[in-house]
Amino acid sequence: MTTLAFPIPRPTHPTGIWNWITTIDHKKIGILYGVTAFILFLTGGIEALLMRIQLAGPEQDIVSAEIFNQLFTMHGTTMIFLAIMPLSAAFFNYVIPLQIGARDVAFPRLNAFSYWTFLAGAIILKISWFTGGATNAGWFGYAPLTSVQQNPGTGIDFWIVSLQVLGIASLAASFNFMVTIINMRAPGMSFMRLPLFTWMTFITNILIVLAFPVITVALIELYFDRAFGMNFFNTARGGDPVLWQHLFWVFGHPEVYILILPAMGIVSEILPTFSKKPLFGYPAIVLAGAIIAFMGWMVWSHHMFTVGLGPIPITVFTITTMAIAVPTGIKVFNWMGTMWGGAMDFKTPMLYAVGFVAMFTIGGISGVMHSMASSDAQQQDTYFIVAHIHYVLFGGAIFAIFAGIFYWFPKITGRMYKEVSGKISFWIVFAGFNIAFFPQHFLGLDGMPRRIYTYDASMGWNLWNGVSTFGAVVLAVGILIMMHNLAMSWRKGEPADGDPWDGRTLEWSIPSPPPEYNFEEIPTVYDRDDWWARKRREVRRAVPVAGGSGDDEGHGIHLPQPSYWPLVVAIGILIGGFGLVYPVGYYAISIVGVLIGMIGVYSWSFEPVNDPEEGEEQAAH
Amino acid sequence: MLKSAVSLKRLMSAALLSALAALLTGCNVVTPDHSQSTFDTLGPVAENQLFIFWVIFWAGLVVFIAVEGALLYMVFKFKRRDDRDPKQTHGNTRVEIAWTIAPVIVLIVAAVPTIDGIFYADAGRFIDSNGASQELQVDVIGHQWWFEFRYPHPVNPGEQIAVANEMYVPVGEPVIFLLDSVDVIHSFWVPKLAGKVDMIPNNDNKMWFEAYVPGEFFGQCAEFCGVSHANMRFKVVAVPREEFDAWLIHQANPAPEPSDALAAQGKKLFRDEGCSGCHADSSSIIKLREDGGRIAGRTGPILTHVASRLNHLGIYRNSDVDFEDASGSRQLYVNSQGIPMNLNTRQPFVNEAMLQNNLKVWITDPESLKPGNLMSRDGEPYIDPANTLTEQEIDALVAYLMTLK
Repeated sequence: MTTLAFPIPRPTHPTGIWNWITTIDHKKIGILYGVTAFILFLTGGIEALLMRIQLAGPEQDIVSAEIFNQLFTMHGTTMIFLAIMPLSAAFFNYVIPLQIGARDVAFPRLNAFSYWTFLAGAIILKISWFTGGATNAGWFGYAPLTSVQQNPGTGIDFWIVSLQVLGIASLAASFNFMVTIINMRAPGMSFMRLPLFTWMTFITNILIVLAFPVITVALIELYFDRAFGMNFFNTARGGDPVLWQHLFWVFGHPEVYILILPAMGIVSEILPTFSKKPLFGYPAIVLAGAIIAFMGWMVWSHHMFTVGLGPIPITVFTITTMAIAVPTGIKVFNWMGTMWGGAMDFKTPMLYAVGFVAMFTIGGISGVMHSMASSDAQQQDTYFIVAHIHYVLFGGAIFAIFAGIFYWFPKITGRMYKEVSGKISFWIVFAGFNIAFFPQHFLGLDGMPRRIYTYDASMGWNLWNGVSTFGAVVLAVGILIMMHNLAMSWRKGEPADGDPWDGRTLEWSIPSPPPEYNFEEIPTVYDRDDWWARKRREVRRAVPVAGGSGDDEGHGIHLPQPSYWPLVVAIGILIGGFGLVYPVGYYAISIVGVLIGMIGVYSWSFEPVNDPEEGEEQAAH
Repeated sequence: MLKSAVSLKRLMSAALLSALAALLTGCNVVTPDHSQSTFDTLGPVAENQLFIFWVIFWAGLVVFIAVEGALLYMVFKFKRRDDRDPKQTHGNTRVEIAWTIAPVIVLIVAAVPTIDGIFYADAGRFIDSNGASQELQVDVIGHQWWFEFRYPHPVNPGEQIAVANEMYVPVGEPVIFLLDSVDVIHSFWVPKLAGKVDMIPNNDNKMWFEAYVPGEFFGQCAEFCGVSHANMRFKVVAVPREEFDAWLIHQANPAPEPSDALAAQGKKLFRDEGCSGCHADSSSIIKLREDGGRIAGRTGPILTHVASRLNHLGIYRNSDVDFEDASGSRQLYVNSQGIPMNLNTRQPFVNEAMLQNNLKVWITDPESLKPGNLMSRDGEPYIDPANTLTEQEIDALVAYLMTLK
């Protein structure tokens, strides 16, 4: 193969800002994902606090009706697409290659591309606050409220384009992780020896690959309606707004599991570690995760029980939705089986993990309550549902993510966080969360609809709204304490050794922080909790199992090299996205974006390789 | 170590106690006398839905106590005390099968009344294949941000009688609602009478409810529908059949001519300022199409009998008396002329001063009560500075509207 002359050499920046910009190291990308998503999580939190302050008392005028609507729309969109998903992705990036004994992901440059494209999507969404109003039709964007007649501003367009860009990022990342998990497992690591977090990541990424095309189609249709006067959802010309709801929730319900399955994976790592016991019923938990993901496609219309589908479809979706409680229950019971008889050490990650089980159970029970359509008729679109989703997404997903942050913090930074401060922040977060969200059950059953910017003093909702706002402030204080702890510890915490928790999986077998190449030698896996078993010398007999990558003999350590081009392609997408929002002069801006993106893609393809050994190999061929 | 364990224990029990206290006060505060409480069911549909809620609530409470109780027990019982590894268990097939089957049984038991309830709440069972039924059928049409109700004319089959934001229904009869919307999706919800059903353009949804007792029931749009979603509210007034009939006949009557000069000036202004472009003020009758289909009415709420409504915009009270007094006995009845009256004083139920004030506040600054509404967005007096209403003109308009009893 002839070497093509390429004008721009491959970047080699061992440190500094250019190192972060050109990095394709999964660990650094994981940190970028985590820090970016956490900042975006804070912006979503500020949006939530503003809403809670507005609702602290009746008939308040702190924000206007229009701003309030933008706040809850942006809060939902932010927390789902810019906070929980990328925070999970941060763990996918950092942890998965370490857990499966790999040196990086399958497509490192694609991985960098996923991050920069995610950042582009986040910028497009968040910038709409400053360009004449953010989206205001709810994170679900029900037609025809999103039509250009109802919503002539650019807020909806920013929202559409942002979700499309984020979809590109998610899809690229998902393919990457599916290939990584299938192809790059260490020798001996069969699927039934995969750590649970890797398993749930694998399932989640399958869900992303299947679910995002649906929302992509729906958003394209909506964009065509708005930009080109097409007629998918325009009711004035016979379009059907219910079509949007079906498309949205066929995506939207699997999305719920995209948010919660990684969290379940994280908790399934932490509970065994801090209980010093293997996961109870590993096959059952894996299977339950797979069944949840599969059944997640059969329940979408439970978001639409009040849409007037007719009694027979409602009955069908009631039954499927109730049925999904069974595998979910299996998971909860198995986590409890894991703790039962264990030697539990309540370090901060464990507190959050146990808190997850406790809070997710409450969210699960209220979920069953509105899986039953008759009961849901009174609960749909009330604060009861707001309480429910926060019990599963905050008490569930975010608690698990916080657990993961504390759990892997020593691994990522090589330093220990402050345990006392961590525990204090847990209890404040735990209390604030429950004070903020438990009363919302009462409000919902008391007839308070969601998404209202004001309410009458005579409705009887004053007390619990005030309590809820108080809880939100407490929650914010807890998160600030946690941030202070993490920031301080990152800078000057006690050094952590490679295995501070007596861990079970491969990431704990290497130093903290891991060297660039992760594993000096790719380990051979003989057991489900291989590192734990190795420490306990349980493995005496090597049992070769099919699966995992082949042997690595005869090569040195190959590391992928940094690259400029993923960022360039993402910049092209960012500019192209703005061109779709402001289609001046026949989409001139978009064309510029596409050109930049194409330059990036071609340069990516023809980028030279610096690795001397690989060069020799190629020369030999 | 021991000290922290004790303090943790104390903290946990304090948290548990306060949670319990909150729960109890919760039950106390979620009181049925709140206007939109789902626990004060005054009709069969809401009652059935509450019954199903209780079925799953008690089942859920058992699961809650079992899971959270077991968690608390384990938190204290299985703390790490030394460096030894506990017994390594990988699973227990028998236990796992048990905790798979147990929820299945609970869910099957709960599913039976649920499915029964789904079919019970469906209005389809009252309607034959031609769309006809024995029961009263009311069209409910959602607008940003108000409700329009259209009743079949009791005498002329080709006509409908339209009212806005406040509807009357006969007590003790199932009433069927045909739900529609002219703009975006809204949702029709009267918590004390029935759970919600959405009002979707181009989709013919229907629901039914029945009020067991006379009363005034709060309703609110439950599906986010734009800027003033929070202000899209309405009232349902349930009265005995003969009072309902009198009310409906009265609504069908044209409005009387104003007799005093100020009101007459108001009527003229109502036309000159463009109010009548969107609001009907002399008749509530809307003709059906020849094929029986419904035609679009005017853009704004019909005002023909606005002065006899108990609430302004379906929100602000026009009366200092409640439908019921503290002991629960009725204070409102509809007289034979179809006017809501105070049962004790035999005077009109609507308080003239409150009505006047409500109308004046609204006409002066509609944007402050319903941000984004069409009138302050498109109404000539509100967008054309040359055409702004003077104080005197507002008084005249209010005086005119107050004659529309």
